[in-house]
Amino acid sequence: MSAVYISGLGSISCQKTFDNNEFLDEIITYTDTVITAVNPNYKEYIKPAAARRMAKGIKMGVVASRIALNDANKEQIDAIITGTGMGCVRDSEKFVSAIIDNNEQYLTPTSFIQSTHNTVGGQIALELQCKGYNFTYVHASVSFESALLDASLQLENDEANTILIGGVDELGDHTVAIHKIVNHIKPEKIDSTALLNATTEGAVFGEGANFFVVSNKKQASNYAEVLAITTYNTVSKNKIQQLAQEFLQDNGINIGDIDAIVLGNNGDVKHDSFYHELSSGIFQNTQQIYYKHLCGEFNTASSFGLWLASKILKTQHLPDVVKINNKSITNYTTILLYNQYRGENHSFTLLRKC
Amino acid sequence: MSKGVAITGMGVVSAIGNNVAENYQSLINSNKGISKISKIDTIHKNDIMVGEIASTNSELEQQLGLSTDNNYSRTALLGAIAAKQAVQNAQITNINSYKTGLISSTSVGGMDMTETYYYDYLENKSSQKYIDGHHAGDSSQKIAEQLGIKQSLVTTISTACSSAANAIMLGARLIKSGKLDRVIVGGADCLCKFTINGFKTLMILSDTYNTPFDENRKGLNLGEAAAFLVLESDKVISEEKKEVLAYVKGYGNANDAYHQTASSENGDGATLAMQKALKVANYTAKDIDYINAHGTATGNNDLSEGRAILRVFEDNVPDFSSTKAYTGHTLAAAGAIEAVYAVLALQNNIIYPNLNFKTQMKEFDITPQLELKEKELQTVLSNSLGFGGNCSTLIFSKEQ
Repeated sequence: MSAVYISGLGSISCQKTFDNNEFLDEIITYTDTVITAVNPNYKEYIKPAAARRMAKGIKMGVVASRIALNDANKEQIDAIITGTGMGCVRDSEKFVSAIIDNNEQYLTPTSFIQSTHNTVGGQIALELQCKGYNFTYVHASVSFESALLDASLQLENDEANTILIGGVDELGDHTVAIHKIVNHIKPEKIDSTALLNATTEGAVFGEGANFFVVSNKKQASNYAEVLAITTYNTVSKNKIQQLAQEFLQDNGINIGDIDAIVLGNNGDVKHDSFYHELSSGIFQNTQQIYYKHLCGEFNTASSFGLWLASKILKTQHLPDVVKINNKSITNYTTILLYNQYRGENHSFTLLRKC
Repeated sequence: MSKGVAITGMGVVSAIGNNVAENYQSLINSNKGISKISKIDTIHKNDIMVGEIASTNSELEQQLGLSTDNNYSRTALLGAIAAKQAVQNAQITNINSYKTGLISSTSVGGMDMTETYYYDYLENKSSQKYIDGHHAGDSSQKIAEQLGIKQSLVTTISTACSSAANAIMLGARLIKSGKLDRVIVGGADCLCKFTINGFKTLMILSDTYNTPFDENRKGLNLGEAAAFLVLESDKVISEEKKEVLAYVKGYGNANDAYHQTASSENGDGATLAMQKALKVANYTAKDIDYINAHGTATGNNDLSEGRAILRVFEDNVPDFSSTKAYTGHTLAAAGAIEAVYAVLALQNNIIYPNLNFKTQMKEFDITPQLELKEKELQTVLSNSLGFGGNCSTLIFSKEQ
C-alpha cells in the first residue's frame, strides 16, 4: 500500500493565508458573529471577465486550487475531489428568492447552475482541462474529510498518483439570518481572542477554501504524510476518548506519540464538550491547538485545520495564536486532528512529519 | 481486500412503483409514470410533465412511523423508505454486526422545505425545524438513523445527475479496499420548484412525454425517486451464506471538462467513463450485453451519449435503452434506480423497451431497443451523466 503525502496547499480564509511564504505572521482579530474571507487578488489567477461571473465559492475554490498546484509545482493532476457543505449558497439563495419573489417568472439559469453542489469541482476541471475522476462530497462537517478519505483510497491503491482535494464554503445572507434565529450563530459579537471563553450557544460563522495536492510520491518538499483518516456519523460523548484511543491503536500510535492535537472548538457551550472530553482527558498533557477563532465555523472549516497542521509539521513552528495550552514542544512529528459540528459528523485525521 | 462486490438487497420508490416488484412490473408492461404535476403548485403545471410519486409526505411519514414534529424533507422520507426496503431485502437483522456504512446522494436535499418556508423561517417558529434539514447531508444522517447505523462512515455525494452512480462506485471501492464489510449505497431526490424552474430556465424540459434517442426529442421530464442497494464483501457472503443478486463489476468516473451544464459534442467524458469501467471489470466492449443509457431525451445528452457509445463499442453496439421515459429524470437518484433496473434485467434476462421512440436520429444509425426483449444477459452497463461534466459508468454482472 502506498503512502499519502500532502505536497502542496492553498488557503483562502478569514486570515491572510493565501501567501504560502507567510504562516500566520499577521493575525486579524474580529469582534463579530460572522466573519468573511480575506480576498487575494483574484485577477492574478482568473481573467476579470470570468471572475465577474463566478460565485465567491467558485472564485475561492479555483484560486485556492491554483495556489496549491503552484505550491506543489504541479500543472496536472489525476483527480479532483471537493468537499462543500452548502456549495455556492448565495446562488441557491438568489434562485429560491427569485422563484418566490417573482412567482416563478423572469428567472435566468446562472444562479441555478452555480447552485449545483459540484459546480466548484466542475469549474476547476474546466480551468485545468482535467478529465479525470471528479467527485464532490456534501456531508456537513465531514464533507472535506470524505474527500480526503476518497483520495487516500486511490493513492494507497495506486489508482491515482496526484489528486487535488479541497474544502470550500461561502457565506450567504439568508443562510446567516436563519442560522442566527436558531442559535447556530452566536447571539452576541465576540472577540475572536476570547472564543474559548464564550458562555453562549452557537458559533461565529466564517467561510473559505483550503485546497491540497495529495500524492503517493515521497519527496523532500512534502508537508506531511496522512497516516489515517476516519469519520463517524454519530458518537456519544462518553465514547469519544475510547474512540480516539482505538483510532490511534489501529494505526500503531500511542497517546504519548502525539505531539499536538488540533481541535475544532468553536466556542459553542452546547457542543464544545466533545473537545473538552479529549483536552481534559487523555490529551491533557498534549499540546492542544485550536483554529476556528481564525477562520470561523463552516462545514469545511476543518480543511483549515489540516492546512494549519500541515504548516506546523513542515515549518516546525507553532504560532502562539493557536495554542490552547503551552507544552513547549520542540519537535513536531505526529499530529492528531479531531473535529465535529453540533455533536455530529466527527472525524479523526492523523498526520506525520515527512 | 475483497475481490467481489456483491449486491444482496435493493429498494426503490419511483413514479412507476413503491417497491422493487412494482417497478419491475411497470418496466415489463411499458407502464409510464409520467403525468401532470399534482403535488407542487407551480405556474408551469400546464407546460410540463413529471414523474411524481403518488404518496403524500404525511403518508410517507406514517409509513416510517415518524412523529408529527419530525423535520424530514421529502428527499429524506423517500430515501429512508427505499433504504429500509434494501436492508430488509438483504435480510439483515443486525446492521452493526459488520462494519457497515452508508453512502447516499442527493442534489436538492431539503430544498422542498426551504422553498416552502424561506421567508417564513424568519418569523414562524414552527417551520424553523426544517432549517437543519436543508443541507444535503441531513437526509443521509436521517437514513442512517432509520437503519440504525451508528458510529460509522456515512457520507453524501452530490455530482448532479451522476450522484447515485458515484455513491455506488465509492461503496464498491470501500468494499474492495476492506474499509467496510457492508455498505448501503444509493440516492434520493424529490421534486421541487427549485429544480423545475432551474431546468425550465435551461429550456430542456419537455411539455409532453420524453422521448429518449428520438430525432424530435423535446427535452426531459423531471422525476422524483429514491433507490438503495446493499453491497457486501466476499467475507460477509461466505460467512452469512448470502444469496447474491448481482455484482458491481466495473466503475468509472471522468469529467468532460467542456461546459458547466452541457456535454461535449463527442462525449469525451462519457467515453472515458465507459472505458475506465470496462478496464476495472477487466472486460472488453464485446462483453457488454445491454446498456441502460442515461438517455434523458435532451438534444444535447442523447447525441453526446450516443456518440460516446459508438466510440466505445464501434460496430458492435449492444442492445441499449433508456428508462427515463418511464420514470422521468430523477437527478441524483437516477444512477441508483437504474442500478436496480440493471440488476432486475440480469435476474430476469430482460431488456426494457425505450418507450416513445418514433424517429431515428440523423446523426448516427444506432437505434435503441424498442420492444421488451428476452435475452440471456451476463452483464449490464449503466451510464449516468451530469452537470459539471460529471460522467459515470457502472457495470453489473451475474457472475463474480
